[in-house]
Amino acid sequence: MTELLEISDLTVHFEINQGAIEAVDHINLTIRRGEVLGLVGESGSGKSVTSFAILRLIRPPGRVSGSVHFDGVDLGRLSEEEMRRMRGAKIAMVSQTPRTALNPLLTVGKQISRLLMVHAGLSPREADKKMLEMLRLVRIPAPEKRAKQYPHQLSGGMCQRIMIAMALATSPQLLLADEPTTGLDVSIAAKILDLLRELSAKTGAAIMLVTHDLGVVAEICDRVAVMHAGQVVECAPVRELFHNPAHPYTKALVRSIPRVDRDVVLEPIPGSVPSLVNPPSGCRYAGRCEWVMDRCRVARPTMIEAGPGHVVACYGFEERRGTC
Amino acid sequence: MALVEIRDLQMHFPLGGVAGTLARLRGQEQPVVRAVDSVSFDIEAGETVALVGESGCGKSTVARCLVRLVEPTAGSVRYDGTDIARLDAHAMKPLRRDIQMVFQDPTASLNPRLSVRRMVEEALTLHTKLPAKERRDRVEELTQEVGLGRDLLDRYPHELSGGQRQRVNIARAIATNPRFVVLDEPTSALDVSLRSRAILLLEKLREQLGLSYLFISHDLATVKYLASRVAVMYLGSIVEMSGTKDLFAKPLHPYSRALLAAVPVPDPDAKRDDFALSGEIPSPIDIAPGCRLRGRCPLAKPVCAERPPLKEVAPGRFVACHLV
Repeated sequence: MTELLEISDLTVHFEINQGAIEAVDHINLTIRRGEVLGLVGESGSGKSVTSFAILRLIRPPGRVSGSVHFDGVDLGRLSEEEMRRMRGAKIAMVSQTPRTALNPLLTVGKQISRLLMVHAGLSPREADKKMLEMLRLVRIPAPEKRAKQYPHQLSGGMCQRIMIAMALATSPQLLLADEPTTGLDVSIAAKILDLLRELSAKTGAAIMLVTHDLGVVAEICDRVAVMHAGQVVECAPVRELFHNPAHPYTKALVRSIPRVDRDVVLEPIPGSVPSLVNPPSGCRYAGRCEWVMDRCRVARPTMIEAGPGHVVACYGFEERRGTC
Repeated sequence: MALVEIRDLQMHFPLGGVAGTLARLRGQEQPVVRAVDSVSFDIEAGETVALVGESGCGKSTVARCLVRLVEPTAGSVRYDGTDIARLDAHAMKPLRRDIQMVFQDPTASLNPRLSVRRMVEEALTLHTKLPAKERRDRVEELTQEVGLGRDLLDRYPHELSGGQRQRVNIARAIATNPRFVVLDEPTSALDVSLRSRAILLLEKLREQLGLSYLFISHDLATVKYLASRVAVMYLGSIVEMSGTKDLFAKPLHPYSRALLAAVPVPDPDAKRDDFALSGEIPSPIDIAPGCRLRGRCPLAKPVCAERPPLKEVAPGRFVACHLV
């Protein structure tokens, strides 16, 4: 059986006066049915651009090359109309800012019902019934009352639940969740994560979770892809990534986060994300890397196997592996 | 004597609008938002005390009272022996040099029309009598201290990254050699890799300059690294106050426990405490009598109908819960 989503050589450039911003550079990723894939990295690593590119939402001056196959269908070959039917119905998105993603002039109930009428072809009455069902599913208390309220009358956590209800209303096979818990209080965030995990198990939807929070990744992801400056540098099952990180960037990322569960010395990642305007041809982490060698600055390392289901793009790792 | 002594601090905001007008017309008492309700604690010289809690718990309002951006409704704030809660703007001015604040939003708190140099210099012009030449030297020294390169001095806020903007805010806050700095979520707008660097910078400055911090945050992991004591706030009151080590080893109040349990841990095999509260934070307008957590606490007993006092349960550990 084919994978649910196969991204091959996806590249996104934004043309500006000074050249091109290479926001996403030849990335390859797959998402299996029903799995939760985490996409992590610092700001500006291309995580969100990747999810926009999947949905074909990149507009000029952005240019996309490479291919995205969803359930065997090449999304790049669909007409605009076919793609529109794909968005929201088969591939849904939950954004980072739930309040701005909702229409402030419509009650939240109406927004969900309309979506059901458009994408699932339900009658207004059926749509309303299903809408209340969805609100119950995401555990909105007193759904009949909440459905008649506007986004500004709801808390941030509540708005995010509405977004999730909306995204799942059409039973999509893939949910792109872009930092779904950033900006929410910890206890609300924990509940949203529980909800996502539970709903993905219940509906069989796969989730691509874009986040910079490794805690969130450890909590709900099955596999993780680490991005740095537009490139995927490592991809591994979640346990393998935390216990056996192979790429120096992944190692540095894990060491740099303050944590509540144990006492460790904080070590910030040296340097900063390099400029993506006409970046150097070699490994983009070379300027910050403790293992850097001459060849890293010349050619880009290719993905090599580091363990079962674990791939990494690093010359330093290649050499070290030979010795131990 | 502690550097800052806060006693029975209260900040109530009368409600205007329809609700307020209606109440007045009916001859009822005007409804108020009880943002802060009898909060007492001390901050010793050279110490970092953290104030944690979720959105709306009143932690930022406490901060605003301490730097006298608002005048508290009742209670006292003794800074080095002087009660500043009732001082007028004129009497407050010499103290402003001593008491500084770093705000949450590093962009909104900078003037977009001033260069880094002029912004940092402004603090010196207002509060010191340094001649121009020395002032300029001091600006360079300060920016160096917070790790901003000399090449950034003539840049404007929009030309800086989020981390650099926050450094400008910190440089400006320490420009007047303050003794006490209030940090209102200084790291929450920063990216993962920058957060650890900000933590290390703040800790370095505290040691070098002998500063005392009130550190306000909802990010418990950061608090663990910076604070020696932590006060946990819920709905306007402190529910637990204790040494940082003790609190993280074993939170005693059900709210602290739930808060800590909700923090995602970057370890897929971590054992989780699944203790959670039900519902969301109630409105601070009509606060029910008794323990404020009663409606959400899974451990609530009939005795919780009475408001629990903050009592010392072990040396230096204060908890407001009947069940501890």
